[in-house]
Amino acid sequence: MSNPVQRVMKILVTIVVGVFLLVLPRFIGGYFLHLITMIFFFAYLGTAWNILGGYAGQFSFGHAAFFGIGAFTSTLLQIHLGVNPWIGMFLGGIVGLLLGLFIGSLSFRYGLRGPYFALAMLALAEMLRLLAVEWMAVKYPLGITIPLRGDSLLYFQFTKKVPYYYIMFIMMAAVLYLTRVIEERRMGSYFKAIRENENAADALGINVFKYKLIAMAISAFLTATGGTFYAQYYLTIEEESSFGTSMSIEVLLGPIIGGAGTVLGPLVGAAILEILSEGTRNLLKGYSGVHLMVYGAILIVVIIFLPKGILGGLQATFRRLAKAL
Amino acid sequence: MVILEAQGLTKNFGGLKAVNDLSFELTGGEILGIIGPNGAGKTTLFNLITGFYHPSAGTVFFKGENITGLRPYQICKRGLARTFQITQPFANLTVLENVKIGAYSQIPSNREATREALQILETVGLYEKRNELASALPIGHRKNLELAKALATRPEVILLDEVVAGLNSKEADGMIAHIHRIREEGITILLIEHVMKAIMSLSSRIIVIHYGRKIAQGIPEEVSKNTKVIEAYLGEEYTLVKNRRA
Amino acid sequence: MSLPGLPLLLQSIVSGILMGGVYSLIAIGLTLIFGVMRIINFAHGSFMMLGMFTTYWLFILLGIDPYLSLLLSIPCLFVLGIIVERFLIAQVLDAPEYSQLLLTLGISLFIENLALFLWSPNFRTLDIGYLKKTTTIGMVMISFPKVIAFLFAILLTGILYYFLKCTDLGKAIRASSEEKEGALTVGINLKRIYYVAFGIGTACVGAAGTLTAAFFYVNPHVGGIFVITAFVVVVLGGMGNFIGAFVGGLIIGLAESIGAAFVPGQLKQFIIYFIFILVLFFKPEGLFGRSRE
Repeated sequence: MSNPVQRVMKILVTIVVGVFLLVLPRFIGGYFLHLITMIFFFAYLGTAWNILGGYAGQFSFGHAAFFGIGAFTSTLLQIHLGVNPWIGMFLGGIVGLLLGLFIGSLSFRYGLRGPYFALAMLALAEMLRLLAVEWMAVKYPLGITIPLRGDSLLYFQFTKKVPYYYIMFIMMAAVLYLTRVIEERRMGSYFKAIRENENAADALGINVFKYKLIAMAISAFLTATGGTFYAQYYLTIEEESSFGTSMSIEVLLGPIIGGAGTVLGPLVGAAILEILSEGTRNLLKGYSGVHLMVYGAILIVVIIFLPKGILGGLQATFRRLAKAL
Repeated sequence: MVILEAQGLTKNFGGLKAVNDLSFELTGGEILGIIGPNGAGKTTLFNLITGFYHPSAGTVFFKGENITGLRPYQICKRGLARTFQITQPFANLTVLENVKIGAYSQIPSNREATREALQILETVGLYEKRNELASALPIGHRKNLELAKALATRPEVILLDEVVAGLNSKEADGMIAHIHRIREEGITILLIEHVMKAIMSLSSRIIVIHYGRKIAQGIPEEVSKNTKVIEAYLGEEYTLVKNRRA
Repeated sequence: MSLPGLPLLLQSIVSGILMGGVYSLIAIGLTLIFGVMRIINFAHGSFMMLGMFTTYWLFILLGIDPYLSLLLSIPCLFVLGIIVERFLIAQVLDAPEYSQLLLTLGISLFIENLALFLWSPNFRTLDIGYLKKTTTIGMVMISFPKVIAFLFAILLTGILYYFLKCTDLGKAIRASSEEKEGALTVGINLKRIYYVAFGIGTACVGAAGTLTAAFFYVNPHVGGIFVITAFVVVVLGGMGNFIGAFVGGLIIGLAESIGAAFVPGQLKQFIIYFIFILVLFFKPEGLFGRSRE
């Protein structure tokens, strides 16, 4: 429980960092803007995953299913029915949410837990990917492209990187705040209880099934909206990057490394991973996916030495220090 | 007034009848003790009452309502709480958070749930440990935490599963005092215990279970002299020897 | 979607059984690891890929026949498995379930992308004359390397079965997977059992890699494809269940092959995933039950 001084400090730091990030685009070029936007992007997705995985304890290895569904829904609606991409983003989120409720109710109803749930989600994402591959093979062999409209906030497209930066910053800040709010209320405590001990949670009046579904719904909705951002950022989507296991894995690596079940964990993790991946890409100049080798190494190190992630480990250290003093 | 009633409860696991046609009544305000040799079916009975198992036959009535087949969380919300024989804390959460979660079942607000939790921690003597992780607690405190979590749900009836077992003499006395106080606050208690001094001093009535069946019931003095009960614990030979000697 | 005729169906059945033998071998390795250590080894596929590349490079650089290279790939992967278990897996055996899964995921990421970095994403094949032979029996055309793969897989499975059933070490492994506490009580060195079991599991899948390289393309991402199939087989057969993995492999091989006859292109994988989900929901203990829960 933080005392008033700690709380004021936290708010001050948040404001300072926030202002810094808001002003930053004036001083840095396109390359760094892209890099930081990607950090925000994976922090956003990681936070969405974190609600189901870190807080409610249901680790999904297939969140690309929601990501891809969001990207495809908004893009197809835009191209075929002229639906505005912002509305499409919301609708994509709804589709993701429904998919999440569907797979969630089946999984949780049949008691899929732990690795079995993780693998079931992986299977789901792969099934969607294969369907997309087959469907696109004829109509869209090179992926789906969104027609250019120049600079347009209305159509969620820009020729420069700066507006994307701000949009992603706002989205990320919003979900970080959402996580904070959930954590401070009953819902967050209930998620954590489910994560720690489902039977004990049940005995204390928690409808475990319902709350798992709530966590899933929030997580799926947010992840799907991230898919729309991605589609509008690159103005093209294809099935491998949308539904592929790479995306599923990159989404969860941030929170795991940064600290699952903490608010800022996904952001810390995303920052470290993005910087590392850019570093290796420049140093090794290898084939795409080589940065995943570094990710693998970091994951191994973190799991063995810092199983609660960086922030989790810090929390534990502070706790030990506080006890000793 | 009967607050909890089991009628013909039976639970089969494959060929094994863990609980066999068991019936009893719990009157509001009393402390009913349940004893029996290991494996007699006592914890299974608790699991049946609280919804963790579905009975193969029989019904459970709580405050006049048929709660057979309801899920544990639904039963908890109706005012029936339980502790677990092997403590089930939320290991990576603090003691305070553990109890708050119990409080949340009746209190939606963070602030009020915190207040309620702190109060309960005070009464069970865990206030100093409120910010420690539940996993760091020794057995004595873990049992207190188990009790505190259940109390936080503001139950009318509480099922205690061996809350005294494993405690040293001083801790056991403390726990017994807690249980007395809970009863004084108007909560009805159903108590499984192996520790004889606890069960004898606390219970107004005792039920004895053996091989899933109720073999005796009555006030503590009666039960402790009941031959069937002695046989159940010590084996038939003891009674035979005793009778031969007499 | 046109219905296949009898010849195609027969072809699929034979082809499916042959491939199923290889799947069995892969799955047996995976189920052994799970049975003994309760670990879901995500890195299993990447070890298979290493087996494939070992065979590939031995052929390209030293001209060693792929089936001869079994003599090298099996011990090499065995040792690699031991090293990975002793230095990495052993660290998380007491950690929560997710830690183990994530660790093996990390290992698979590392190995797969290291291979990608070293050997490029190019698809390679073993271009050897006699491997392209096919025989025709009745209406069915059988590819030579697939038959050899099947026979070797059955042979290795048999050897492993004999090992587990009749040797002291094998019995110790079985004891450890059934009753950890009991095994400790009778003085079994669990730590040793763990790395031996992991080594054997890895050697199995390495051998499967060698056998498969004779007729499948070699590529860093191959592991990912086979590991999912392996999981499906293991879950279908019952986690930790040797016989289950064997039978499950044949079933999945058949399902995949017959499915491919009915369904276009990549969707045959879809069938595998669908079976996976069905088994997970409705019969998670598998056809033959788990070794112990």
